[in-house]
Amino acid sequence: MSAKSMSTESMSAKGSSSVTVNLKVNNKAVTETCAANTTLDELLREQLGLSGTHIGCDTSQCGSCTVHFDGRAVKACTLLVAQCEGAEITTIEGLGTADNLHPMQAAFRECHGLQCGFCTPGMIMAAVDLVHQEETLDEQKIRKGLEGNICRCTGYHNIVRAVATAAKKMRN
Amino acid sequence: MVEQTIGKSVQRKEDLRFITGKGRYTDDINLPGQAYAVFVRSAVAHAKIKSIDSSEAESFPGVRAVLTGGQVADDGLGSLPCGWMLHSKDGSEMKQPPHPVMAADKVRYVGEPLAMVIAETRKIAKDAAELVAVDYEELPATAMVNQAQEGAQIHAEAPHNICYEWELGDQEATEAAIASAAHVTRYSLVNNRLIPNAMEPRAALADYNPGSDELTLYTTSQNPHLARLILTAFVQLAPEHKLRIIAPDVGGGFGSKIFVYSEETALAWAAKKLGMAIKWTAERSESFLADAHGRDHVTEAELALDGTGHFLALRVKTTANMGAYLSTFASAVPTYLYGTLLAGQYKTPNIYVEVDAVFTNTAPVDAYRGAGRPEATYVLERIVNLAAVELNIDPVELRRRNLIQPGDFPYQTPVALEYDTGDYEASLNKALERAGYADFSSRQEEARSRGKLRGIGVSCYIEACGLAPSRMAGSLGAGVGLWESGEVRVNPTGSVTVLTGTHSHGQGHETTFAQLVASKFGISVDDVEVVHGDTGKLDFGLGTYGSRSLAVGGSALSKAADKVIEKGYKIAAHLLETERDKIDFDDGEFRVRDSNQSKTFQEIAFAAYVPHDYPSEELEPGLSEKAFYDPVNFTYPAGTHICEVEIDPETGKVEVVRFTVVDDFGTIINPMIVEGQVHGGVAQGLGQALLENCVYDEAGQLQTGSYMDYAMPRADDLPAFSVDTTVTPCTHNPVGAKGCGEAGTIGSPPAVINAITQALGIRDISMPATPEKVWRALGAGRAHV
Repeated sequence: MSAKSMSTESMSAKGSSSVTVNLKVNNKAVTETCAANTTLDELLREQLGLSGTHIGCDTSQCGSCTVHFDGRAVKACTLLVAQCEGAEITTIEGLGTADNLHPMQAAFRECHGLQCGFCTPGMIMAAVDLVHQEETLDEQKIRKGLEGNICRCTGYHNIVRAVATAAKKMRN
Repeated sequence: MVEQTIGKSVQRKEDLRFITGKGRYTDDINLPGQAYAVFVRSAVAHAKIKSIDSSEAESFPGVRAVLTGGQVADDGLGSLPCGWMLHSKDGSEMKQPPHPVMAADKVRYVGEPLAMVIAETRKIAKDAAELVAVDYEELPATAMVNQAQEGAQIHAEAPHNICYEWELGDQEATEAAIASAAHVTRYSLVNNRLIPNAMEPRAALADYNPGSDELTLYTTSQNPHLARLILTAFVQLAPEHKLRIIAPDVGGGFGSKIFVYSEETALAWAAKKLGMAIKWTAERSESFLADAHGRDHVTEAELALDGTGHFLALRVKTTANMGAYLSTFASAVPTYLYGTLLAGQYKTPNIYVEVDAVFTNTAPVDAYRGAGRPEATYVLERIVNLAAVELNIDPVELRRRNLIQPGDFPYQTPVALEYDTGDYEASLNKALERAGYADFSSRQEEARSRGKLRGIGVSCYIEACGLAPSRMAGSLGAGVGLWESGEVRVNPTGSVTVLTGTHSHGQGHETTFAQLVASKFGISVDDVEVVHGDTGKLDFGLGTYGSRSLAVGGSALSKAADKVIEKGYKIAAHLLETERDKIDFDDGEFRVRDSNQSKTFQEIAFAAYVPHDYPSEELEPGLSEKAFYDPVNFTYPAGTHICEVEIDPETGKVEVVRFTVVDDFGTIINPMIVEGQVHGGVAQGLGQALLENCVYDEAGQLQTGSYMDYAMPRADDLPAFSVDTTVTPCTHNPVGAKGCGEAGTIGSPPAVINAITQALGIRDISMPATPEKVWRALGAGRAHV
């Protein structure tokens, strides 16, 4: 993934620069202006009201903020909004709905792959990308593939089962 | 007839909102016009505050206010109290130095809040916080627990930094038994300091309405009522009825969200003082610095055995780190949740334990999943294993010889507890079978042929849960009762709203409690809604910790549901023109015995709310009942953990290849949820044994302040778990449940270390057994060959 050029850049009244970007979030075109140092997770949560993307750390280690950027899983805290011009972003809210769950969401529920639910959106987004990227998955590949997402509740046992279950459904 | 679900793995009712991103955590909530707070924290471990210059921050564009610890003191706010009074051996009260909401004169740990900046945006508040200039007069720091008593004094009230010197058990008998024993095993250990790391960092949003004098605090709490009690009765933030605390979806706690902290308190105070809504959300680095940490013991133990391998006596001497201040339940953790558990599953006739609690210039230490019981289990299950090695007895056989047997219950231990029931050998046997213990040597041989070292380790744990009988807690120094409340509101259509004083932050209460109540009424789980976490909605409650929610909170709900049914009988008797004693209630129907006349639960509910044909002279309308349940004893979950490891001698890396658990949690309502609790608990125990370690340097600077330095268990660090249960229902609560939340964390660490030491053929290795330590141990072993 390469950083894309920003469409506009200006200086705000207070002297800090702001950016305006055009992007698609959950299939909807949006144009947003924010401080130049705003990260994608902040834009999603604070400007777009998409609070399903969570912030669990400040060192890009926990993966709670994982979303899809042009179809690939990224940690939203590592991306400046300025890098998102023209990007297609999918968050947990855009993956499936209560009435029409994505197979990965359904599998997390079926397999008890979540407890407190805080890491869950990021974990699900990472897992969907993992299934897309790997032609075949076994337990070890799933465990390696989710190494960038920390869960403190489940011990991963049921997350691994959920991903394996969903992978089968996604490939059918 | 509605299918009943007790003992069935019902999918969780709470999941749909979490998997679709519709959970509502504290930081997801916003109020119109809210400002944002960022805390200024001490950069040094121990210093006098000479001055705080906030003028530059105050004039920063967008800053609303800068408030300091001095202003907190000027407003007369009370100190953050510790809720459990301990007494030293000499009868004196523990030292409880003031714990200011924000530091005013002195700072005592790195990260201690001393000022807060409130601004229009989070970014402005953070930038402005950098501009607050603090002039420190640094003092020597006392950071290490084993040097605390000789180090620089932290509080004027606590000479030698001693908080208390506690003891339990018969010293004389224990020492005499040790002196005359055929064999004594001695063991020195460190129980490594941990940082809880719930994935949702602490957060709070406070709002004040000057028109109604109502203060509302949304916060990440495991026990909102307890927080309200402390903030009103002790800190005197507001009158109790004017403070509403809401703990919405909470992203994990593991103990760390029990406590009343500086930040949430200061935020509520600031919202009231400034008359505005203010939000604070911790960054992860703040969680590392200022969440209460766990464990941190230094211990010496002696186990005396007779010539036939029977335990005669156990003597334990522990120094426990309290950190810089006494957190909410800190004093109870290394005493009543530790010393009392040192009998474990064994008939050891004499036990004596001493605990010195000390202050250090580190973050406060308090309950973290298991809280005292993992530390006790580690001492016992390691020293028993060492004794087995020294006496050349199989570690399982030595345990077997000493187990309390089913016929021994109720069993009074020499350290205060009376175990009600259990069958420890049944769990042990089942675990041995599941783990393939008998075939281990063939797997060891096979591993050796690949150049790998295999080891197997066993740990038999017990815990005291279901906190706690109020009378007992009170006599031991608790500042609160530890009963629980429950309310069952049957709505006119027959659906049910259940209110509980416990709090769910991952444990699945919305499902388990719904199963419990639905089964009582013979209705569908879908027709039961569980409400928790809001002091404005429900009666007082004590919250969730100590694996208490089902055993205590579920028992309250069970009692409340029974009251509803009892009233239902009377309504049914009236409607069916018969006597109460001639009616049976089953499968959701009140039936007249030996007749075809009946009324459904829903019909009874409707009649209660539309009482046109109703025994109004004898009964009030409505169908809603409350109950308070005070347990008569602790509950005693117990079980066996077996860990099998494979070690690469070239790298020292330990792979857990099998992990087997058999627990006795008494009656189980939802096995899927219970297994999930065990998985998560074991993961945290394996984290302690292999990965996690909180490190301060000698100057009191935290060296492990991020996920780059503090090794959290990740998916590829852990194995799949093999989990099973045996069942002896708790004898003294109506549900029969013992609690399952902490067991995994309690039983697992010694099983791992027992396995590693066996694989390496060494006596001991300290936690966490990192590849470096293992590799060095291998080198040391080779050097001695």
